[in-house]
Amino acid sequence: MPGRYLSIYDPHELATHAFEGIRDEFALEVKPGDIIVAGKNFGCGSSREHAPIALKGAGITIIIAESFARIFYRNAVNVGLLPVVCHEAGSIVEGNSVMVDLTGGHLIVEGKTLPVAPIPEFLMKIVTSGGLVEYALGLEEVPVCTASHR
Amino acid sequence: MGATVVEKIFSMKCHRDVNAGEVVMAPVDNAMIHDITGPLAIQKFYEMGGKRVHNPERITMLFDHQVPADSLEAAENQRYMRNFAKEQGIFNYDIREGVCHQVTMEMGKAAPGEIIIGADSHTCMYGAGGAFATGIGSTDMGFALKFGALYFRVPETIRVTANGVFKKRVGPKDLILSIAADIGADGATYQAIEFVGDTIEGMGMAGRMTCCNMAIEMGAKAGIVPPDHITWDYIRGMRNITPFPLKSDNDASFSEERMYDVTNLSPQVAEPHNVDLGVDVTKVAGKKIDQVFIGSCTNGRFEDFAEAAEVLGDRKFSDTTRVIIIPASRQEYLKTLRAGLIERFVMAGALVEAPCCGPCMGGAFGLLAPGEVSLSTSNRNFKGRQGSTEASVYLCSPATAAASGIYGEITDPREVE
Repeated sequence: MPGRYLSIYDPHELATHAFEGIRDEFALEVKPGDIIVAGKNFGCGSSREHAPIALKGAGITIIIAESFARIFYRNAVNVGLLPVVCHEAGSIVEGNSVMVDLTGGHLIVEGKTLPVAPIPEFLMKIVTSGGLVEYALGLEEVPVCTASHR
Repeated sequence: MGATVVEKIFSMKCHRDVNAGEVVMAPVDNAMIHDITGPLAIQKFYEMGGKRVHNPERITMLFDHQVPADSLEAAENQRYMRNFAKEQGIFNYDIREGVCHQVTMEMGKAAPGEIIIGADSHTCMYGAGGAFATGIGSTDMGFALKFGALYFRVPETIRVTANGVFKKRVGPKDLILSIAADIGADGATYQAIEFVGDTIEGMGMAGRMTCCNMAIEMGAKAGIVPPDHITWDYIRGMRNITPFPLKSDNDASFSEERMYDVTNLSPQVAEPHNVDLGVDVTKVAGKKIDQVFIGSCTNGRFEDFAEAAEVLGDRKFSDTTRVIIIPASRQEYLKTLRAGLIERFVMAGALVEAPCCGPCMGGAFGLLAPGEVSLSTSNRNFKGRQGSTEASVYLCSPATAAASGIYGEITDPREVE
């Protein structure tokens, strides 16, 4: 997302600029419920929340990638997007239907089962709440030193 | 299996064994916000239903990037933060003390074994004080303001061992630039870098801060120097803490170990436009320079100005080059002033400014025009960092900056008599 859009905060307006300059048609083609599937280091170069906010504004809820840039990963979780690490993401083809089973630790695409890395329980809580703001809104205090295994 | 310093810090805070890779909600000992990132963090705090901050005494608020207010927007941001400080009972250093990371250290806000966060990339600098310190975004900071805690994935550690004695006019900045060139801009992504070895042990706090400050430039989450007598001496006047041992165990698990010998290290210069493009100064010597900046959280301490003054001697700076010198804090300014160095710099033709970030990120003043070249003791040289995207920034040590300011071109400080 080009830097000149950093002064925009509205998710739907940001969504119209997602992947601008790389895949201009994305904003027109994406539909709510779509999943992004990517290769290595997805989100590299982005340290602002605008990128995941734009994707969420476009109706994306899950991103599956071989790996994520760490700041993007944290920002995605914080805005309520679910980042799923799947080392075999490369075998997923655009247009496929994907079912992600986090409890089972795998995803199913075109009848094939691919393993996915487990997500720490606490991060899932943030995502299912809709993001860090939503998670925090209901709470007076948080469980300090709650640990989840990687 | 033994534990690293970082694992020990999280284990102490969580009262149980914590291993790298775990995600924990840890208590935060101090949170730093400044004039650029503070306003959004405060807004997030309110958005999360925050009414009173968890602990106003564990928040370090100050203004350093756009001070004194250089635009109406900056003035309004600072007023917004002043109001928040009054409302919440947070002490605000305001524009009076200097650069966030320097002030946080010298006010004793980061002690060995503590977990410190800051809404700024170079928060990792407090690792020089033996703390786990990391930069975070505004949403995370809003959360920490409300709850006094934050979730962290505990990082693995890359152990960097530096041995040997620096030759004359070579120092900590040259070491960290050479390490960054070796590890690369993303070679330490999400890791902690632990600095050990006799070179580190021989450094005072100033040099350790220079090294830890630049851990983020290798993608690291934190940089840390295990506390020793130098660390404890530094914190003693400011905090009432009984020293305790905090070192990585011999059988701790490191993701990587790297060894460096500084005996034959020469002055380093990071070429535009990446921090990991460090090269021997001789490779770029002769490059004409339009502006030199000596200062920043990386190299804005008395020791750095003493290093620059030693090279400058009785000379003047070249009148084809603008030299801007900015002590990182009021305390460092006073030390430099009382040693007579400010007078020497001014007589040599430099501008000496009040403590602030200044030209480091092309904000308040000292911007570069298209085609201009600057040499800076700060920590980043990305395209557009100090003004025009068609300008170039080289990074170096105070000694190299001073030498180059004298001759108007990048100069090996060892060549200056």
